[in-house]
Amino acid sequence: MKLKERWRSITGGFLSFSDEIPAPERYPLLRRKIVILMIIVTVSPLSFMAIINYHQYRTSLNSEIKNPLYLQADSTKHTIEIFLEQLLAAMQFIISAYSGEELSHEQTLKRIFFVLKREIGGFVDLGVIDTNGIQVSYAGPYDLLGKNYSQQSWFQETKIRGVYISDVFMGYRKYPHISLAVMHQAGALDGWIIRATIDTNKFNEIIASMGLDPESDAFLVNSQGILQTQSKFYGEVLDPLPISVHWSGFGTHVFETSDPQGRDILVATAHFGQPDHALVLIKPRSEVLKSWYTLKSEIFYIFFVSVGVIVLIIFTLTGILVKRIREADEHRETAFRELQHSHKLSSIGRLAAGVAHEVNNPLAIINESAGLLQDLIGHSGEFQKRTKFLELTDSIIQSVQRCREVTHRLLGFARRLEVKSEKLDLNRVLKDVLGFLEREAINRNIDIQLQLADDMKPIFSDQGQLQQVFLNILTNAFAAVKDYGRISITSWVEDSDTVAASIEDNGIGMSKETLKHIFDPFFTTKKEYGTGLGLSITYGIIKKLGGNLKAFSEEGKGTIFTVYLPLEAPQDNGR
Amino acid sequence: MAIANVLLVDDEVSFVESMAERLTIRNLETVSALNGEEALAQLEIKPDIEVVLLDVKMPGMDGIEVLRQIKKKHPLVEVIMLSGQATVESAIEGMKLGAFDYLLKPCEMDQLISKVKEAAAKKRKHEEKIIEARVKEITSRRP
Repeated sequence: MKLKERWRSITGGFLSFSDEIPAPERYPLLRRKIVILMIIVTVSPLSFMAIINYHQYRTSLNSEIKNPLYLQADSTKHTIEIFLEQLLAAMQFIISAYSGEELSHEQTLKRIFFVLKREIGGFVDLGVIDTNGIQVSYAGPYDLLGKNYSQQSWFQETKIRGVYISDVFMGYRKYPHISLAVMHQAGALDGWIIRATIDTNKFNEIIASMGLDPESDAFLVNSQGILQTQSKFYGEVLDPLPISVHWSGFGTHVFETSDPQGRDILVATAHFGQPDHALVLIKPRSEVLKSWYTLKSEIFYIFFVSVGVIVLIIFTLTGILVKRIREADEHRETAFRELQHSHKLSSIGRLAAGVAHEVNNPLAIINESAGLLQDLIGHSGEFQKRTKFLELTDSIIQSVQRCREVTHRLLGFARRLEVKSEKLDLNRVLKDVLGFLEREAINRNIDIQLQLADDMKPIFSDQGQLQQVFLNILTNAFAAVKDYGRISITSWVEDSDTVAASIEDNGIGMSKETLKHIFDPFFTTKKEYGTGLGLSITYGIIKKLGGNLKAFSEEGKGTIFTVYLPLEAPQDNGR
Repeated sequence: MAIANVLLVDDEVSFVESMAERLTIRNLETVSALNGEEALAQLEIKPDIEVVLLDVKMPGMDGIEVLRQIKKKHPLVEVIMLSGQATVESAIEGMKLGAFDYLLKPCEMDQLISKVKEAAAKKRKHEEKIIEARVKEITSRRP
């Protein structure tokens, strides 16, 4: 009991189903509760799983996508770094391997420049600058010999760091270049700088070797966000990159953002130490996540279809279930009511039999004594008040007769005689019974409408008992209608095993309360005349004959009694 | 001559007295008994009793038992059962044991008289048949 209460407090009474709720609301409520509960129970794990799957897949897919991007950017960065280091190493070698005299000699430098162009490629010019910033030797297309660089920032930076790599610039040939400078820090040439200008074609080649798909893009960008190589989608060399790309420290990072065209993109940035550049690799999200989007829409599709199917099944099943429960409840209620009624009938029957018996014996004595008295008076000669005596005994005998009728009816009520079965025509029985009441119908101008089935099947039942049934019902109908009223008697074949007859009157009708009790013994509305046994006996007989009696009534409009009878009455229906 | 010879058996003295007198007035030779034993004794003494009116419910030997005894010792005597109650069991049993009929108390005098007459007639017819059979038997012995 305590557990039950606790459960109820947890569920807030949602799962409780009280019998106190009136019947018409009970079943829709039950249905609603079951549907909600079942939907929660089935759909929530499904949703939960779908959400978890979605997130898990998304997470793993993201890392699956980001990793290759990361690796690709990182390896390309290394390639560029190696290329630059190679250049710087070559320049370092030159300034270390040759003496200042040799490097000042233009022919030597030109030869070195020629070899560099041939072996490494991309060199535009090559110059040697002394500690004062004066270009002492130059090999290249311009006349830059003797030029003083001492005031230029790259010269100062090279002096400080030993190495310098510039940003991209267009140069005299209107072609993107970068310049590299390396300072020698030992021996006679300490403080001398070798400087080379190279075009950026080599970078483009390295980027092209990444083998990007048409939707992807890769380029170099400096720390101010200026493009150092050409971008497929975001501008030419030296244009500002319209996407904000920040980096901190060295290393490679992958992040998601959207470009000015509104595309969702994945960006990998690989930062060089020297120069302060980064390789940027851009891939549209839709491209990389194509398989994910397909899967996502499949997940959603499966989820919604499943939910739809589940809801449909729940609705259908619950509907069937509640209908079954309702039918079972109704069936149970009817059976219970019938059982209750038959219990009532049988106990009252036993009581009635006992009472009748006890009353009958003294009644017999009164009857015989009064009869004898009457006999004696009848046979004696004239005496004073003889007539008065005769009248009195007569009244006693008549009263005894009345009592006898009551007790005999009581006994009749209790009687459970075997059903006599004979072949009968229900229409014939109805007509016979009507014959008893014809006179009253004529006297009171009651309109009797007979609608008897032409195809009436013969039944095997008890004629006497059926007559009593219809006589009882018809007597009630006659009592209910006013003069000039109407009584319809209809018979029909109900189904292959049942025939039926209804008696409808347009009389006073009955209230619902009265209707509930009409089959109860001793219930009567005819205060002075009725014993309250008529319909009760009628009901008992019909049940005994294996049939059913239904009453429908509306106050002020009339009453319909319908008798259903099996084609064959059950034989053994004794107590 | 009386219409019939009747034995009235009931434990209610007033009933027996009044009823006996009424039957007598209606030209029925009536003797009465207040219990089963007395009834059986009367039948022994008066072999001309044709019909027994027998109450079902009596203290001591009840009507059904008395009926059984009567039918055993005097199979030709017709018995009409009288009862204040109409239980199927006693009615069916009475009829099975050979009662002529079963009447519900209080009964109407005319109905009772006619039943008694029918019963007496049946008995007489029965007796006649037996006599006829005996005569036939006797005559058949003498060729």
